Amino acid sequence: MSPFSPLKAFGTFFKIGLFTIGGGPVMIPFIEREVVAKNEWLTKEEFMDLMVVSQSLPGVFAANFAIAIGYRLGGRRGSAACAIGTVMPSIICILTIALFFQQMRGNTVVENVFRGIRPAVTALILGPIFHLSKAAGITWRTVWIPIVSALLIWQLGVSPIWVIVAGILGGVAKYLVKNGS
Amino acid sequence: MIFLELFITFFKIGLFGFGGGLAIISLIQNEVVSKHAWMTFSEFTDIVAVSQMTPGPIGINAATYVGYTAVVNSGLGASWGIAGSLLATFSTLLPSFILMLLVSRFLIKYTDHPAVRAVFSILRPLVIGLIASAALMLMNEENFGNPTKSTTQFVVSVILCAASFLAINKWKVNPIFVILVAGVIGGVFYGFFPI
Repeated sequence: MSPFSPLKAFGTFFKIGLFTIGGGPVMIPFIEREVVAKNEWLTKEEFMDLMVVSQSLPGVFAANFAIAIGYRLGGRRGSAACAIGTVMPSIICILTIALFFQQMRGNTVVENVFRGIRPAVTALILGPIFHLSKAAGITWRTVWIPIVSALLIWQLGVSPIWVIVAGILGGVAKYLVKNGS
Repeated sequence: MIFLELFITFFKIGLFGFGGGLAIISLIQNEVVSKHAWMTFSEFTDIVAVSQMTPGPIGINAATYVGYTAVVNSGLGASWGIAGSLLATFSTLLPSFILMLLVSRFLIKYTDHPAVRAVFSILRPLVIGLIASAALMLMNEENFGNPTKSTTQFVVSVILCAASFLAINKWKVNPIFVILVAGVIGGVFYGFFPI
């Protein structure tokens, strides 16, 4: 077991942020290897507990997870170190691209490339609707929930935030009805 | 005041961002394009593409890039843009910090509580609707072209969208590779057949 220090945690999570392309779920095995197997900062059970909490809270999952692990290990300073480590590679890469890309605005070749990319991005976003439906618990009885929320946002311009708030209230109501009777 | 608005917007996105990267993308799109008009649909779509292809969580990448673009589009210089990107990123993280400090101990005990389970039994399917709305809103004239005014671009876009969908979901090709190939096809095709 290697002792925890905010600096070491920053380095570890910087590495995790840098080597995971494609987002949250890709990071889980990386984080596990670093935090459980290599440094032995957490047991496997603690790791799982913190993962469940990070998934239940709102926000970016990978950042939640870093904050949860950091907080468990080193309080507020620990959680700040892990969170900053996780987002630093994003900030560096994105700003480099943004500054570079600004010079390229209006370039015909770049514009043509992105004309090809935009429909592909739409397809990328459509994907989870189909392969996550089962995991999300969508059945014939619940299929109205995603349809109504999509229509409210897409056609009536309702903010997704209000749709989420309504969903939370609906869940609480469902619990009260079930347990009240 | 763009910086105050960025802070409020991304704090809200962090606070209500249930359901992972693409659900957060739909929140960002709604706030940033539909509500505040800080950028066009196409600019936002390009940001999603870059966010997917660069290291790090897609939600953080998008927040960073949107913060920069929103400030630069408002007429301020690139260094203010960098400040905007840092502000957007840390505003997204702030609710996570606060919630983790307040409720993490409590939540470890109660993640199995029937009330928590009831809330998530609604939120999980709802998030699929959120993602669907983001995809539907991006399928517009700006990104796909117009069926009558720019027919060629429209047809090519529909084919690229359908092919990418099959490649990612049916043939399990890495999405980053799919986006790159679509970019090459766009570059070559529109190079020979300018719009």
